[in-house]
Amino acid sequence: MSTSTQSLVSPEVLARYEAVIGLEVHVQLATRTKIFCRCPTSFGDPPNTNVCPVCLGMPGALPVMNKRAVELAIQAALALNCRVNSFSRMARKNYFYPDLPKGYQISQYELPLAEHGWLEIEVDGVTKRIGITRLHLEEDAGKSLHEGFKDSDRYTYVDLNRCGIPLIEIVSEPDMRSSAEAYAYLTKLKQILQYIEVSTCDMEKGHLRCDANVSVRPKGSTKFGTKTEVKNLNSFRFLQMALDYEIARQVAILEAGGTIEQETRLFNPETGQTAGMRSKEFAHDYRYFPEPDLLPLRISQEWLEQLQARMPELPDQKRQRFIEQYGLREYDARVLTMTRPLADYFERVAQASGNPVESAKWVQGELLGALNEAGKEITESPIPPEHLAELVRLIDSGQLTGKLAKEIFPKMFASGEPPSVIMEREGLRQISDPAELERLIDEILAESPKQLEQYRKGKTGVFGYFMGQLMKRTRGQANPQVATEILQKKLGQPT
Amino acid sequence: MDLRKLTAEQIRADLLQRRYSAVELAQAALEFAERENPKTNAYLHFCPERALEAARRVDEKIARGEDPGLLAGVPTAVKDVILTKGVRTTCASRLLQDFIPPYDATAVARLEAAGAVIIGKTNCDEFAMGSSNENSAFGPVRNPLDPERVPGGSSGGSAAAVAQGTAVVALGSDTGGSIRQPAAFCGVVGVTPTYGRVSRYGLTAFASSLDHIGPLSRTVRDSARVLQVIAGRDPRDSTSAFAPVPDYLAALNGNVRGLKIGLPKEYFEGLSDEVGRPLQEGVRLLESLGCTVHEISLPTTPYAIPCYYIICTAEASSNLARYDGVRYTIRSQQATDIIEMYAATRGEGFGAECKRRIMLGTYVLSAGYYDAYYLKAQKVRTLIARDFAQAFQQVDLIVTPVSPFPAFKLGEKIDDPLQMYLSDIYTITGDLAGIPCMSVPCGRTRDGLPVGMQILANHFQEALMLRLADAFERAGGFQL
Repeated sequence: MSTSTQSLVSPEVLARYEAVIGLEVHVQLATRTKIFCRCPTSFGDPPNTNVCPVCLGMPGALPVMNKRAVELAIQAALALNCRVNSFSRMARKNYFYPDLPKGYQISQYELPLAEHGWLEIEVDGVTKRIGITRLHLEEDAGKSLHEGFKDSDRYTYVDLNRCGIPLIEIVSEPDMRSSAEAYAYLTKLKQILQYIEVSTCDMEKGHLRCDANVSVRPKGSTKFGTKTEVKNLNSFRFLQMALDYEIARQVAILEAGGTIEQETRLFNPETGQTAGMRSKEFAHDYRYFPEPDLLPLRISQEWLEQLQARMPELPDQKRQRFIEQYGLREYDARVLTMTRPLADYFERVAQASGNPVESAKWVQGELLGALNEAGKEITESPIPPEHLAELVRLIDSGQLTGKLAKEIFPKMFASGEPPSVIMEREGLRQISDPAELERLIDEILAESPKQLEQYRKGKTGVFGYFMGQLMKRTRGQANPQVATEILQKKLGQPT
Repeated sequence: MDLRKLTAEQIRADLLQRRYSAVELAQAALEFAERENPKTNAYLHFCPERALEAARRVDEKIARGEDPGLLAGVPTAVKDVILTKGVRTTCASRLLQDFIPPYDATAVARLEAAGAVIIGKTNCDEFAMGSSNENSAFGPVRNPLDPERVPGGSSGGSAAAVAQGTAVVALGSDTGGSIRQPAAFCGVVGVTPTYGRVSRYGLTAFASSLDHIGPLSRTVRDSARVLQVIAGRDPRDSTSAFAPVPDYLAALNGNVRGLKIGLPKEYFEGLSDEVGRPLQEGVRLLESLGCTVHEISLPTTPYAIPCYYIICTAEASSNLARYDGVRYTIRSQQATDIIEMYAATRGEGFGAECKRRIMLGTYVLSAGYYDAYYLKAQKVRTLIARDFAQAFQQVDLIVTPVSPFPAFKLGEKIDDPLQMYLSDIYTITGDLAGIPCMSVPCGRTRDGLPVGMQILANHFQEALMLRLADAFERAGGFQL
């Protein structure tokens, strides 16, 4: 909890209330072109270069629906357990804004693409189902730029590259009771949408944006309090900060005998606080009506089935399969299915190595650790899955000790070379030949009469000293099992 | 050559026989139109460069022995709500007085691909809102048959241009009668095709679910020819139809014997003698051609005007939102912040009728009123369409008046919007039902003013409608 929150209300008082939170999430669909024209959806191009008469709202220009956008939206709906409506309709949401060239946004209103879905979150070991009210298609608006141009002191500049980027809006039920649950919901939503490749969900590029409806009520109460809408929650950290602040703010008002004003509030990441927006900025009557320039969306059962069949495995399904098929522990399966590239990486290692459990350990332990340290994503791993699989096979076949493997791993990570190449060059190979080990052990015993004496007097802990010497002499390459057997035989029973 | 007598068919034949070149014709047409224009104000601007370029292409094709197209060399006028790349398109509004479109409407591109020579853009009511062409920001159009009278609206400039002979054919747009009513007032032919038959891409939207592009011409044949060229599916307009385009010219075979013509009693009750008598004579002419006439009923007709003015204003209030001073419109210099800028730009830019419709439309879509107005109007619209569907089970075509009165005097109705809205009483139903309909000249009033006969057909039955109109035109000898 931030200091600004604590100054509003004590944790004891806060504990007497519960929050009621619903999220509205806007997700950019991963299409190549815009929703109603053929302009590219690429990010970061010079302002107003990816535009045409349609997305500029020129007189006479007409929208044409991008079929791919509809398919992606349907797949998202299916993954979120929604009922896809066989008949839905686009609608105009009318309001004036400089970055909205037509003076209306083409969205959906009374007949959305999909409704009545849910997803499951887990917080503190407890699983909870969060309802999804609706999922609908819409176009993005452009961007008003208030700074950084020649006449920015007098004018606002407008970039319409984003105008007409396809979005889905996913509206949850007010089912979340804490900022942690909201965080878990957004995380899960992002995970699912990335898995099915409906969106990259890149928050920095604005591909995933979130607004929250928040109210509080005394614990035990079943009546909803007055809600506020909090906007500008464009990172996971901001979401949690803003919700914590807003919950505390509302509790403080109620505790002081005040009432909550229904309003839209903007989160300011610099102060960690939310502040009410001037009513002029959001008091709209959007005058929705069906978009006459587009035909209704009719989605046949056949099309739905095709899309369902093309749907990749969802994270929860994959986790369950990893447990059943590969014998992974629940925790390991959860970590390895966190993102689809990670899960795919693990599966390739597991399949190529033939030892899924050991593969899981290496991916999750060494590899993720090294990637994390290097600030890299799994997709940027310098070690291809085949190399890691080879490492696991070398251990399984007794050619490498675990210790040696851990020595080789950073070299693989640094050079991108397969383990066999590194072993060859550096002469790193497990010594399992009993004759060679026996010769080395004899040398050590001959050089350590004092320790031998101690062992024979019953100080069996000295056994470790001999093994240590052996490993030192072989640079860890001695096969520990073979060496132990030989050493035990040589030392015999202590007297 | 006498431009006032030329038809597209004649021009094509003349060009192929090298009686004159397309460039010569274009120059003559431009010269004539520019000379005549002060009398009517039918054109807002001319595009000689574009016209001569198009004419040169036609001449080159002919020189190479290629087919120069169905509309080769035809001097054509285009209503100024239809976009022409590089040629100013104002919608007769101050807001767009400097707007140079970066693209061509599909209908314009198709016309030129068929050899048409667009000589200029025609005056109209601002954003096609009006029935007299008095709502133009650039002055009214005068009826070439009587300069004291209006040419009708909103495609008044297109009708006047065709009637005065400065253009052989013209494109108009029709939302509630804006092609047919001026055609009737100016004594020319005007066709509103089935909704979806002609692409709306590049037609400045007034009421999207009602807007049509269609031809005006002096003969039915020429309108059929233009329709042939502009009709058909356009992937840029989702509401354009996939239905194949029949050969309209081949359909004009004069064979109308046995066609069942419905006369809806609601359209004739209380009709003035002035318009009623020429129309009765027209009906008798149809019978003499072998058609049978049947009285039918379209009982929802009385609800058409309110239904229409709710739907069209609702859609207009949204469609006109883009003229906000941010991009291609004029921008008021009176403002210091964005809200003021919107208000001042739109306040200065829109004329009274546009403002009236924006306010009406905003009101009927407002929270708490939507169900009572817009939703109810949509239901009524469905009923009106059903009336027609039932009627077309009994008859092949329907014949009605176009307007309750002939061309009226400038200023006569401008201060009475309700009277003005009643001008559309016979024409809006066709738009609401989305069916093809047209106006064909049907004699004159005692004062010598032209009267139009409206023919309505079932969806995509333009060929049949045009066949009747063509036979009627030839039998009646109705020429200007």
